[in-house]
Amino acid sequence: MLRMIVRRLLLGAVSIGMVSLIIFGGVELLPGDACTAYLEREAQGKLLENCRAQLGLDRPAWERYWGWMSNAARGDFGTTITGRERIGKLVGDRLLNTLLLTGCAMLAGIPLALLLGVVCALWRDRAVDLLFSSLAIFAMTIPEFISATLLILVFSVWLGWIPGIILTPADAPLIEFFPEILLPIAALAMVMTAHILRTVRSSVIETLASDYAQMAILKGVPYWRMVFRHILPNALLPTINVVALTIAWLLGGVVVIETVFNFPGLGRMMIDSISDRDLPVTQTLALIIALVYVGVNLLADVLTMLANPRLRTHKTRSA
Amino acid sequence: MLEPATRPRLEAGGHLLNIRGLSIGFTGRSGETLPILRHIDLAVGRGESIGIVGESGSGKSTLALAAMGYLKHGLNVIGGDVLFPDRDLFALSPGQLQDIRGRRLALIPQNSGQSLTPTLRVGAQLTETLKLHSNTAPERQAARVTELLAKVRLPDPHLIAGRYPHQLSGGQQQRVAIAMALAGEPEALLLDEPTTGLDVTTQAHILELLRDLAAQYGTSMIYVSHDLGAIARVCERVVVMYAGEIVLEGATRQVLSSPDHPYARGLLASLPRLTGSHLPAALDGIPPMPGGVGGGCAFAPRCALADSQCREQRPGLETTERGQRARCLRSARASEIPIAPAPGEAGRRPAIDDDRAALTLDAVSIRYARPTPLARLLRRAPAAATVSDISIAVIKGQTLGLVGESGSGKSTILKAIAGLLPVENGAISLPDNQTLAAEVERRNPSQLRAIQLIFQNPDESLNPRQTIAEIIAQPLRLYFDISGAELRRRSVEILDTVRLGAHYLERLPSQLSGGEKQRVAIARAFAAQPDIVLCDEVTSALDVSVQAAVLGLLDTLRRERGTTYLFVSHDLAVVRTLSHRVAVLYQGRLCEIGATARVYSLPSHPYTETLLSAVLEPDPDRAPRLAAHDAVESSPPAAGCPFQRRCARRLGAICDEQAPPWRDAGGGHRIRCHLPLDTLQSGPAPAV
Repeated sequence: MLRMIVRRLLLGAVSIGMVSLIIFGGVELLPGDACTAYLEREAQGKLLENCRAQLGLDRPAWERYWGWMSNAARGDFGTTITGRERIGKLVGDRLLNTLLLTGCAMLAGIPLALLLGVVCALWRDRAVDLLFSSLAIFAMTIPEFISATLLILVFSVWLGWIPGIILTPADAPLIEFFPEILLPIAALAMVMTAHILRTVRSSVIETLASDYAQMAILKGVPYWRMVFRHILPNALLPTINVVALTIAWLLGGVVVIETVFNFPGLGRMMIDSISDRDLPVTQTLALIIALVYVGVNLLADVLTMLANPRLRTHKTRSA
Repeated sequence: MLEPATRPRLEAGGHLLNIRGLSIGFTGRSGETLPILRHIDLAVGRGESIGIVGESGSGKSTLALAAMGYLKHGLNVIGGDVLFPDRDLFALSPGQLQDIRGRRLALIPQNSGQSLTPTLRVGAQLTETLKLHSNTAPERQAARVTELLAKVRLPDPHLIAGRYPHQLSGGQQQRVAIAMALAGEPEALLLDEPTTGLDVTTQAHILELLRDLAAQYGTSMIYVSHDLGAIARVCERVVVMYAGEIVLEGATRQVLSSPDHPYARGLLASLPRLTGSHLPAALDGIPPMPGGVGGGCAFAPRCALADSQCREQRPGLETTERGQRARCLRSARASEIPIAPAPGEAGRRPAIDDDRAALTLDAVSIRYARPTPLARLLRRAPAAATVSDISIAVIKGQTLGLVGESGSGKSTILKAIAGLLPVENGAISLPDNQTLAAEVERRNPSQLRAIQLIFQNPDESLNPRQTIAEIIAQPLRLYFDISGAELRRRSVEILDTVRLGAHYLERLPSQLSGGEKQRVAIARAFAAQPDIVLCDEVTSALDVSVQAAVLGLLDTLRRERGTTYLFVSHDLAVVRTLSHRVAVLYQGRLCEIGATARVYSLPSHPYTETLLSAVLEPDPDRAPRLAAHDAVESSPPAAGCPFQRRCARRLGAICDEQAPPWRDAGGGHRIRCHLPLDTLQSGPAPAV
């Protein structure tokens, strides 16, 4: 068990290293660098050389990579190309905002998805199942920008309850995002609830058809006791990984939703940094997103192991 | 705790369970109701044990579950009722059923490995039954769990209680399921193929346990099985089912020795026996599909006695002269149908003049676990090889049977011969010193063609998306470069050799019955014109009547073509009917090898003896002798004899430390044991 966690941690570190190399290499391969991007048409001659010397761009690539990585490990991601702001602080604000948005979406969506998934499975093919299952398919198939726009239309334009766009600055205290943040939360929760609901539903249905479910009925276990003791612990195991993937997808920045609502989160920062050719920021964001993916998946695997006795215990056989 | 006397007794003669005119069916695609069970009448008295026998599709499992008031999804009761003891189970509320199930009626399922909830410890699952169905005080429950586990003869019951189901062997899981059924102190046990899938020695132990428990507590048993041997051991009365009907009912001894129904007689004749070396006789035809029975007798299309009246008039269950109840208009003439195949088909196994080996294994060992680089660096002693030191020569045109329990390495050896697993040491060679490369990729086409493999389960070995024509065409194209009209002509020819018509070419495997699929798998193997065919449990997934036909086909093909077989099976009777010589394996080590008749009549190795004496024959007078514990060993011992830990004739330290020598009993019969030859052959080991 512990050995497995250590092994997964090492593997995670290796993949982060590889990702950082790919990000750095990719940025290196792009024509131009931070100075040509910053100086634009003036990027020539003495001015360019000075700029490069100032930013250390004249050093060999491996030296710069090493510097970037060792600073990043200490939490120092350098400054934006304009040199005015620390990337660490900027990204930190945005990360907090994204955490607020996705955290709320998860708090609302995951319990709702689990509940509805189980309800749909237990009342399979009844009205309640048909209603929520088709709603889920609906929510999954409509692109986010359409559902987000519809939400704005209904709640901001027609009803006028909540502003449809967020004008709060990125570094504002989190509480100031309310109530505007409710609409992007709803838009996100819709998509993720639909995904998780469908997984939970099919997993519970499969478990209900298992031999041990039939055995529980035939040994006279009351229905709800069977559901909670024999069905759910087994049925929810495989959904841990789906939930983890959804969380990683959310934390990785939900570009579309953030753009529609003008929400100052990681996703929009990513888009902005790319269009501004702010390479140091792009690099940092890519690295953070990779970290989130590796971390959340590791967490999911450890949780699955803890919850599944087949993985937790070794197969021991005795006479 | 389990005091039978505390039960309220019904008036004398009252039935515990009374099934009256029960019909169960499902709604077909076109809306009509297709019956699975038709007008079943069955009464079970207190303390009585009844066997329900039938082949797949006969409705026997549906009947067992219906006896608990349970129907699988999609099934519904068409008519009749199930009284327990005087209330209709199908009319009870869910709450009332919960009180009966587990407390008064308990099920022991077929596959306990899948019937125990994987996320709950064994102890917790037993405690749940106690909590729901007994008056055991909460503080007494843990002790009671240990007691129950000890009662089903599990070693270290308090340790077992703390385990999850996946940590137990198949036999242990089955015992836990029995303990769970006993926890509510039920009046009747329903057993749905409780020993199918277990090794012979384990099966024998479990059946003895069930017999003892039932006798001890006066529990009624309804034992559903396709295995007449198991039924003979456990039940007083037998019901034979065919196409959803009871076709014969009677005392076990009577039904097994002289049944009054043609189907039951055919079933008996199709059973391979340990005592006879002849092939079993196949029952022609296949059972009807649900709804496929016309107005007449359901068995008429397959019956040798059937006449026009049989095809038109549905027979009722009538008492026969011998006191059985048979659903047959011609039951008086049933004895015309033999229940054993004609013995001594002369020349079935002609002496082989050409005594050349078609395949030689020389000191072959195979290892699944490869040592890690670290272990190699530290020079750690590697674990004992999965299969070790196998030297066998298979004579051309003969069949060599490989027998042993699960984990004995028999399938592993076949895979290595086929090149699917690398050999660690030793050599596998064809005639003329052609040593086969370990990896299948490095063998030349003629070597590949020479060795063909037939698998246990044709559902998995035939590609479900290919037609039979495509499946058979592959070896023809690959090895003989045949195409076009010639390909079709040859395919039809090959299908004909396995007794399938040309119209099968366009079908998909899913449109074939189990026996037909296995015939296609055989056809595919023989399309390559192989010298050697490796048969891996080829009949284990088939019903007995179908199995007999496949065995007959394999034997005919071997005689016609001089093919050599390596025949792996866990079923000792099946191996007996087909093999010239037999090799007995335990934990990947060879224990005994010799001519089949000699090994079976004069078992010499303690393990061979254990295996043979545990086999159940459909004969109520023959009890299995349990010569060794049914312990499950997951890996072979590091040194000495592989059977050291279970052997009833263990000598002492020498068995643990030294590999036993080969004792030559003459005529190619060799036994690997420390005991001297005359002791080995002097008599049976004491039973445990």
